[in-house]
Formats: sequence, C-alpha cells, structure tokens
Amino acid sequence: MCLAVPARIVSIADGNAMVDMAGVVRSVNLDLVSGAKVDDYVLVHAGFAIQIVDEEEALKTLELFKELMEHEVSQ
Amino acid sequence: MKFLSEYRDSRIAREILAEINEVSVKPAKLMEVCGTHTVSIFRHGIREILPANISLISGPGCPVCVTPNKHIDEALEICRIPNVILATFGDMMKVPGSKSSLYAEKAAGADVRVVYSTMDAIELAKENPGKEVVFFGIGFETTSPTIAAAVLRAEREGIENFSVVGAQKTIPEAIRALLADNEIGINGFILPGHVSAIIGVETYKFIAGDFRIPAVVIGFEPVDILQGILMLVRQVEEGQARVEIQYTRGVPVEGNPQAIKVLYSVFEQGDAIWRGIGKIPGTGLVLKKQYQKYDAVKKFGVQTTENKEHPGCKCGDVLRGVKTPPECGLYAKVCLPEHPVGPCMVSVEGTCAAFYRYGKGVS
Ligand code: SF4
Repeated sequence: MCLAVPARIVSIADGNAMVDMAGVVRSVNLDLVSGAKVDDYVLVHAGFAIQIVDEEEALKTLELFKELMEHEVSQ
Repeated sequence: MKFLSEYRDSRIAREILAEINEVSVKPAKLMEVCGTHTVSIFRHGIREILPANISLISGPGCPVCVTPNKHIDEALEICRIPNVILATFGDMMKVPGSKSSLYAEKAAGADVRVVYSTMDAIELAKENPGKEVVFFGIGFETTSPTIAAAVLRAEREGIENFSVVGAQKTIPEAIRALLADNEIGINGFILPGHVSAIIGVETYKFIAGDFRIPAVVIGFEPVDILQGILMLVRQVEEGQARVEIQYTRGVPVEGNPQAIKVLYSVFEQGDAIWRGIGKIPGTGLVLKKQYQKYDAVKKFGVQTTENKEHPGCKCGDVLRGVKTPPECGLYAKVCLPEHPVGPCMVSVEGTCAAFYRYGKGVS
C-alpha cells in the first residue's frame, strides 16, 4: 500500500505535473510537495508526489556502495 | 531507471551481505512494520540469504490487514444504498467483512469502483452530480494526506456529493503498543520508508530512548534493505540504540512538512481499533469538526452491529509477529488466496499471502 516510485518531472501546470515513470508519462498531483521543479525526481504514491528525491543524498549512498566494491577489489 | 536500478545491483547486494556476515554474531530478531517491505523481502529472498542468527519478522504493516471488520462492514452497508458509487483502492475489494465483500456486492449489482487515486474519486463525483460518491479510504501516513487533499479539493470546489469512510491509521504509537507487550523480543526495527517520507524520524525517538531498541528507516530496493539490516546489526553488536535513516534520498529528518500540514488541516488524531491488537489511543485519524460533513458514516447514518471475524483466523497473532502463518490451522488448507478467510491472506502485502506465494510451509 505504501509503495511509491521515483519519477522525473517533465512539466508543471495548475498544481499537477507530468512525470516520466520508466518511459510512461502520466499526471501527478503536486498538492503535497512544495517547491518541486521540472527535472526533479519525485516519489509518486497513488497519483500524488509525496516527496522530492534528494539527489545529493542519493549520490552519497551510491558513493558508499562504490567504496565498498573497490575495497573488495583491492583485497 | 534512475534511483531504482542502482539499488537492485546484485554485486552491491553481495558486498553488503558479506559485510553483514562478518559483523553479525548476536541473535537479532528484526521486525518490519511495513507491508511493502514484507513483499520486497520475500520477492528478493532476503530471509533466506541472511545468516542464521538474523531473523526477520513481519509486523502490523499491511493497512488492509489491520482494518477491523467494523469499517469493512460500514463500506458494505454504504455500497448497498441506492444512488451510491463506492470508490476504493483495489486491495479492499476481496477483503471479507462479517458477511460479504465489496467484490461480492459488486457482482450482486452495487456500483463499486476501483480507483488509483483519491482525485479519481473526486472526478467521479464531478461526473455524476446526481449520485453520491463515497471513498473508502484506508492507509497509513503515506496515503492519508492524499485523502486529506481530496477533502480540501471538495471543499474548495464545493463538491457536495463526495464523502469518505475513513479507516486510516498512524504508525509510531502502534510500535509503542507492540513494544509494551514485547512477547517476541524484538531486537531491531526496520522502519517504513514512505510513512517516514511524510512524518520524518522525530516521532520514533522513543523506540531507542524508552525501549533501547535500534531502529532504521529503510528504502524498498534489495540493496536498501540489506544496507539497512547492516546498520541495524551494527547497532545490535555494539549494544547501541539509535534511530537512523538508510533511505536518505527519500526521507529528510523532518519528513514532508507540506504533506503533514495538509493531513492535519483535515484530520485530527483519534483512537483506532487494530485488528488483532485492539484499541490503540492516538493512532486513528478522524475528520476535524469543520470537515465532518464529509464523513460518510454520519452522512448516511450507517450502523453496523455484528463485526464477526472468523474464530479460527490467527491474523491478529500474525500481525503482532507472535505466530507465523503456518501456525494457523486454516493456512493453505481452508484459507487460500482464492478463498481468503482473513485479510492477511487477501492483501498481497499480507504476511499469510506472502508466505503462501513464496511457498513457505506449504507441502
Ligand atoms: S492463514 Fe488465513 S485464516 Fe490463518 S491467519 Fe492467515 S488469513 Fe487468517
């Protein structure tokens, strides 16, 4: 029930955004997030954007994984 | 796809698993309190790949499963009223109430429609001005703001033929209730990612503070879950108890203030009955006074009396993590996904359904 998937905002008009969800473009409601911009990734749940994905945090997590893999290779 | 494929990389998953194997020695019973986690954990076979000292237990995280018959019976009563269109999420269709299900009522002629979003229900109300559209809304903090947003829109646009049967619940205090009689000795919590995307992490502080149990807010991809488990077992090994966030890309410490504002402008905290657990004060959401005209139960004066649940169904114990589905006498014999006896078998997120789908305890 609490599933939400990341999708990129393509355009915004009248409190709704068109988002690209793995190649499928659909409309999502923006009433629950403030400050969402075109090209932001949002978490989409039941037709609503419920959070803006923090790209910086996502990069940090991915860096951490990379380090883990390199550490393994160097051993 | 960005923000998904990286977190499904099996090489990274293997690295993290190796780390878990190295770090984890002490027994660790970890409970997930989100049905979406339950599904992801089963789908990716995470229970099987973890070292033997770590066990994962499913808690009361499936909103369909914790909804008591009372609310299902209310929705059933309302959908039988002439001129009513009952709109709900697909998960609710087959859930048995005391005597029937929405699915059966639809087959018998009631106008029951599955919608993807609460805004679809609003559109239905606009398209059918001569009818009453009732949204049967269940869910946790992830979903409830979308119901609040629909009520606000109805108010803004003067849509009077829209109302809701509200059976929404909030998570943190339910965890406290579980811990208050911690029959199973939980050593760590896998906290829900998308509930927390809304509410943030402050409200979970008591888990570490009052109960000395580690808790980590975790995302839903396999790499997320493994990394979160690693964070939990590190705390367990060090004898620490903190609330941490693994899913930082989706969960800021403060959550989503805009969504919280929308939610609590329409609803206020009330009591709620959780199937199998009972009444937990402060875990329900009730419409505020100025929005009570959207309360379908009041609008149609519905009264339900029986609220019969199947005596053999052990859903309540399953939801508290006290029993596993195969310990229920009806599991996989009488109770099957095609003929569910209890809600834990109906919902795809139910623990009984997950056990069955992945062949656990089925001979
Ligand atoms: S197997 Fe069916 S009857 Fe038994 S606890 Fe699960 S839902 Fe209830």
